[in-house]
Amino acid sequence: MATKRTIRNIPQTRTPMREQDPKARAANFEEVACGYTLDEALRESERCLYCPDEPCIAGCPVGINIPGFIKKIGERNLHGAYDVLTDTNLLPSICGRVCPQESQCEGACTVGVSLEAVAIGRLERFVGDTAIKEGWVNIPHIEAGRFKVGIVGSGPAGMACAADMAKAGCDVTVYEAFHEAGGVLKYGIPDFRLPNAVIDAEIENLKKLGVTFECNTLVGRLFTIEQMIDEMGFHAVFVGVGAGYPTMLGIPGDSLNGVLSANELLTRCNLMRARDFPDYDTPVPIGRRVAVVGAGNTAMDAMRVALRLGAEKVYCIYRRSRTEAPARAEELHHAEQEGIEFHWLTSPVSILDDGHGGVRGMRCVRMELGEPDDSGRRRPVPVAGSEFDFEADLIVYAIGTNANPIMGQTSSLKLNTRGYIATDDDLATSVTGVFAGGDIVTGAATVIEAMGAGRRAARSLKAYLGIRDPWRPYRDADRDDAGTLFGIDLRERNFARVRVALKADS
Amino acid sequence: MANFEIVAREDFSDVTYLLEVRHPLMARAAKPGQFVIVMLTARSERIPLTIADFDGHKGTVTLVIQAVGKTTRQMQQECRVGTSLHAMVGPMGIPSPTTKAKKVVCVGGGLGVAPIFPQARGFKDSGAYVIAVLGFRTKSLVFWRDKFASCCDELILCTNDGSAGIKGLITDGIKVALDRHADIDEVVAIGPPVMMKACADATRPHQIKTIVSVNPIMVDGTGMCGGCRVKVGGQVKFACVDGPDFDGHLVDFDDLMVRLRRYTTVEQAAQERWSESCRMTRQVGPSALDALARGSAEQSELLELPELNDALGG
Ligand SMILES: Cc1cc2nc3c(=O)[nH]c(=O)nc-3n(C[C@H](O)[C@H](O)[C@H](O)COP(=O)(O)OP(=O)(O)OC[C@H]3O[C@@H](n4cnc5c(N)ncnc54)[C@H](O)[C@@H]3O)c2cc1C
Ligand SMILES: Cc1cc2nc3c(=O)[nH]c(=O)nc-3n(C[C@H](O)[C@H](O)[C@H](O)COP(=O)(O)OP(=O)(O)OC[C@H]3O[C@@H](n4cnc5c(N)ncnc54)[C@H](O)[C@@H]3O)c2cc1C
Ligand code: SF4
Ligand code: FES
Repeated sequence: MATKRTIRNIPQTRTPMREQDPKARAANFEEVACGYTLDEALRESERCLYCPDEPCIAGCPVGINIPGFIKKIGERNLHGAYDVLTDTNLLPSICGRVCPQESQCEGACTVGVSLEAVAIGRLERFVGDTAIKEGWVNIPHIEAGRFKVGIVGSGPAGMACAADMAKAGCDVTVYEAFHEAGGVLKYGIPDFRLPNAVIDAEIENLKKLGVTFECNTLVGRLFTIEQMIDEMGFHAVFVGVGAGYPTMLGIPGDSLNGVLSANELLTRCNLMRARDFPDYDTPVPIGRRVAVVGAGNTAMDAMRVALRLGAEKVYCIYRRSRTEAPARAEELHHAEQEGIEFHWLTSPVSILDDGHGGVRGMRCVRMELGEPDDSGRRRPVPVAGSEFDFEADLIVYAIGTNANPIMGQTSSLKLNTRGYIATDDDLATSVTGVFAGGDIVTGAATVIEAMGAGRRAARSLKAYLGIRDPWRPYRDADRDDAGTLFGIDLRERNFARVRVALKADS
Repeated sequence: MANFEIVAREDFSDVTYLLEVRHPLMARAAKPGQFVIVMLTARSERIPLTIADFDGHKGTVTLVIQAVGKTTRQMQQECRVGTSLHAMVGPMGIPSPTTKAKKVVCVGGGLGVAPIFPQARGFKDSGAYVIAVLGFRTKSLVFWRDKFASCCDELILCTNDGSAGIKGLITDGIKVALDRHADIDEVVAIGPPVMMKACADATRPHQIKTIVSVNPIMVDGTGMCGGCRVKVGGQVKFACVDGPDFDGHLVDFDDLMVRLRRYTTVEQAAQERWSESCRMTRQVGPSALDALARGSAEQSELLELPELNDALGG
């Protein structure tokens, strides 16, 4: 590099990503954001300052070496970039699409202080997509060990844990209740945001690592976790069953036909392909005027799916204001572009009956923001006398989910007061040899956090099984020169394997 | 895992048929009161069906199905011995609790006759005096009479037209049982919601514990969609993970019946379209296609028939 990059000499604006026109895309299920071309990615990569303090890495829940992979892109070494990414993140093409980058890496990016942050997510997706297109998989040399590991749930947490355990030489089987693997990625997040082909490609990669997927298997009922350990020969088990039990509002009219959870709408449409009814058999309710309650990612997905199914009007009803909306910034922006009507500071009071068991409309009340609550957000309070009715024939609840009760019903796993699986810091549960992670431990969170948990659990599993793990070098707590071992910087993490550079010129 | 092969089939009437599906693990895990969700093909709906019998030695589970709509009719037509289902997952739901009841009445009507069987057998195994009350429309639809006779102390058969057993509705059969025995501890009823409602109404004055198995529309069966929610004692419950058995005196049956009609219009259209396409494959001629085109124009605009349009265009 001739001159040192500074905030002044890098491209000042973020490289835009081509998108389908809002009008056209609101009528199809094709992906909205088209991804970067090589030239676009190269240009965007020039915006990274390679900050010595690497704030973006600290902002990433799994600590991806962000400047490292961006540098490789700049060098046109895409396979190298993929290697750097997959060191920490197994599913770059998925995370690049669905992570809330604005509150993670991009939110911490130095460039973002004065300009628009480096488009880290888009670059990550570019590398991930290139790998899928080129058929790259990083399959390390795997020495088959003698351990059998069972994974319950095939969402991001289960997939990540499965990959790490397979790489550690374990015989890994993933059990999934649905007829297809992928968890929320498959049944929840719609194709226009995350095409199924991408998920399937990642699952194929796991199979190449030797992971076996067993779908149509409801663990707990077909066999219990305890049976897996006691009878089926699993040496250890990871539970990543997600937290999908939808919350209903509990207001009058809740059980009318025409009131459903976002999960039901999305599962019917995405997994069961109800959008292709009657070529596929599963029907989906089609509303002319659809009101979606909530403003998270799930709500955005439900609204945009309703629109694509042919709704004339789609409203978003949210009791706080736009600033508090938990959805990814990009999804909110896309929903606005597509013509969703947002009603901030509005809370449902009751669903109005049409006299035939269906929905005629919704009664709402206006809210205003009061004192901050436990979550630090200002608590919305109703404005007296501000109730009003509006017309709607389909009401979708996207107001959060709870722990699924099946694990609690069928095992002796200790649960916390909210029904989630209780674990220690190493994600070990109350049953020896059983670890848990993802939404079923933390409550509904994000894809990257679930994946991070899966990998963290894998580390604990390896420790439990006594598998040598290069990520867990021996540390002597009593020594004050912690950070080094035998005088070698611990961060080199090279105590188990030595890599030798092969290139002559390096 | 299993490939869900159908190893036996029996037709009880032109609407009711039995499928025995190989699934050794499930055959060992299943308990009375549980159900499965099946998919016939990769394009089919996921439909819930009660496990009507299971045999751990043979490694099979038995389903008894009434052809009422598109999926169940297509299964009736396509499920032959040797073919396989696309998917079958289970056993789902909380098993019916084994109780200390000494004298029980097991009531099965319509599509509830087969599912009540494992419960009756379960009660018998735990030493109870078991009275079965079974309802059919007419004699030719009666099935499993011997099977029930082998595990029940009394069998009361009701037909609407009186062609077998007592003439009348199933509630008449229950009345007979209640009149004969003053010491009934528990009634278990499975069948269409109207029947279960009538049953709960019949036992309410006697304050006999009455368990019903509700059958709302389901998608996943794992507590993830909330489509199967029912009102029980004023609370919302998910039938697939909190049930499917509930206290019949607390279930809001009117709510259940309304919710079952959620997709009736579209499902009927799908059913008609499917029957038409079956007929079309049998006799593809211009007149048949014409008739079909006329029919589709009358159907709701929700439906597009791309294949048909292709056929007409080409
Ligand atoms: C509509 C929607 C949109 C979202 N959008 C985003 C987004 O844009 N960005 C983001 O970061 N996050 C998003 N999320 C959140 C994110 O998807 C989840 O936090 C993440 O998927 C959790 O992963 P998991 O592996 O813990 O569980 P899940 O993905 O829920 O997977 C659990 C799997 O376990 C299976 N299972 C459950 N019980 C059993 C059992 N007993 N036996 C066998 N299998 C079982 C389930 O069928 C499921 O497939 C979204 C969530 C939803 C619902
Ligand atoms: C827990 C449970 C156990 C069941 N066990 C059995 C069983 O052992 N044998 C059996 O034959 N059926 C059983 N059912 C009902 C069965 O699932 C439905 O008949 C089936 O889904 C209909 O699908 P279809 O596509 O053929 O009909 P559709 O075209 O979907 O519907 C046809 C008609 O059937 C009614 N219907 C739709 N879904 C249901 C439903 N879930 N329950 C009752 N009626 C419905 C509708 O009112 C509709 O008018 C059970 C349902 C549940 C929830
Ligand atoms: S903070 Fe931004 S500019 Fe700095 S290294 Fe990370 S991505 Fe590059
Ligand atoms: S069937 Fe989906 S929650 Fe019960």
